[in-house]
Amino acid sequence: MSDNKENTPMVNTGEYFTSGNLAVAEGSLAAGCKFFGGYPITPSSEVAEHMSIKLPQTKGHFVQFEDEIASIASILGASWGGWKSMTATSGPGYSLMLENIGLGIMTETPCVIVNVQRAGPSTGLPTLVGQQDIQQARWGSHGDYEIIALSPNSVQECFDLAITAFNLAEEFRVPVTILMDETIGHMSEKLVIPEKEKIEIVNRKKPTDEADGHLPYKADEDLIPPMAVAGEGYNVITTGLTHDERGYPALEADAQKVLLTRLLDKIRKNKDKIIRLEEYMLDDAEFVIISFGISSRAAKGAVNLAREKGLKVGYLRLITIWPFPDERIAQIAEKVKAIFIAEINSGQVTKEVQRVVKGEAEVHGLLKLGGAIHTPSEIVEEIERRLK
Amino acid sequence: MSDRIEIRFAGFGGQGIALMGRLVGEVISLHEKGKQSVMTQSYGPESRGGASSCDVVIDTQTIDYPKSTEIDYFVVMSEEAYHKYIPRLKKGGIIFVEENLVTLDDQAKKASKIFKLPATAIAETLGSRLYANIAMLGFVCANTDLFSEEAFIQVMKAKVRARFIEKNLTAFEMGKNHK
Repeated sequence: MSDNKENTPMVNTGEYFTSGNLAVAEGSLAAGCKFFGGYPITPSSEVAEHMSIKLPQTKGHFVQFEDEIASIASILGASWGGWKSMTATSGPGYSLMLENIGLGIMTETPCVIVNVQRAGPSTGLPTLVGQQDIQQARWGSHGDYEIIALSPNSVQECFDLAITAFNLAEEFRVPVTILMDETIGHMSEKLVIPEKEKIEIVNRKKPTDEADGHLPYKADEDLIPPMAVAGEGYNVITTGLTHDERGYPALEADAQKVLLTRLLDKIRKNKDKIIRLEEYMLDDAEFVIISFGISSRAAKGAVNLAREKGLKVGYLRLITIWPFPDERIAQIAEKVKAIFIAEINSGQVTKEVQRVVKGEAEVHGLLKLGGAIHTPSEIVEEIERRLK
Repeated sequence: MSDRIEIRFAGFGGQGIALMGRLVGEVISLHEKGKQSVMTQSYGPESRGGASSCDVVIDTQTIDYPKSTEIDYFVVMSEEAYHKYIPRLKKGGIIFVEENLVTLDDQAKKASKIFKLPATAIAETLGSRLYANIAMLGFVCANTDLFSEEAFIQVMKAKVRARFIEKNLTAFEMGKNHK
């Protein structure tokens, strides 16, 4: 099954008027994704549908599995077979995938998981917007780990961040989650797909040493081990157990400390390379709205509206949600009176900001519980009310 | 936000309401220089016969909030949708109405202009009510500066299946020429 191990990108250069779900699929194809394993679930199904049409045209493979557990297992396997792989789901499916996302972290398997968020818990509001899986993306699998999660706020960014997600997954050998939401997934805007030459692609490091005696989990100085895949002559071994550099189970505290420290540090020490933020009107801001995904579209409208009213409000958007931009938020907190967080959940990022700000500025959540997005005027009214 | 224009298309499932928004959104995003657009649609378990709506927001600058807040153009094809959304019409906004399916009441008085089209009856002369949405868009095109006929026809030819295109072009023409 190892045809097209070069992961040749499929770049459909042109201008389109299309949805976030189709854009994230197109971005994945442009990044060289060659395997999609999934189980359709609204509001993410168009991602699977589009991949099922396009992947066979680019010597890729699309498999619809019996459930999300099999789907996530399949993309880990596909990645070890040498393919760039992905799945797409929503809350209930994401819950089922979490155990094997942990396996992906432990086995350092590059792959991309798209979660088009709807409102929960459980079946919740299947067709309506939510941003309630933010902490789940961080802590949903058991054990300690660091993870990467990105959150697009436009159709164009769904395309762009799909490429970024694959690149980060390949570079850091970690599953990367794209946290979309129903509104971003289904709304249509202009998408510009650039020429193939203009798209930067990162591929996983390959070992260069002798196959004989090769240590598959011996990291380079950057804390990331080169990754051989099945069929290249190197021993390939994967286990969810704590393991040594050979990949053999090493069931004791010292080995755990060595392995886990490296898995944490390969993300923590590279936060600068991973974290992406958008800032607007922050220079003279007395108040800041922090947001992400669809909420940030309303937040930016609110900043403009507040400025018209003479309120000095600035804007910080988390394009990377995990790892969390502690340092930048702490810096901003020193300069402003209050920070507002617009999010469609009961305060998942708000609590994170409170942790970082440590009382340096007031922190208020502008929270919605799912099913509807904020409006700019609603945000401004709430800010005015809190400031009285 | 001064150049922002909000259009709401609304009717019942099966009338092709979302297609109206997709076509207009694409015409503006890809063919009207200097303009951007975002299309969002109601999304739920409803199907044929249930309420259906979509928004197209147009601006010369980046569009932040993607949905309508105060509707500038209300294109309405069912009574239920009329009552549901007429409170959101901006004072001085413009209504395009399927006159045989909607009875306007006092709430319509805040509109500066009301354009009435028997879109379904026009479509039936072509053999199917399915063309009512495109007839209505021809009517909108003729009576606003929102999008050009040439660009619209170009997009429609690319998006509508070949065997339906001729009747859709006729429907557009009939809507456009309706006085």
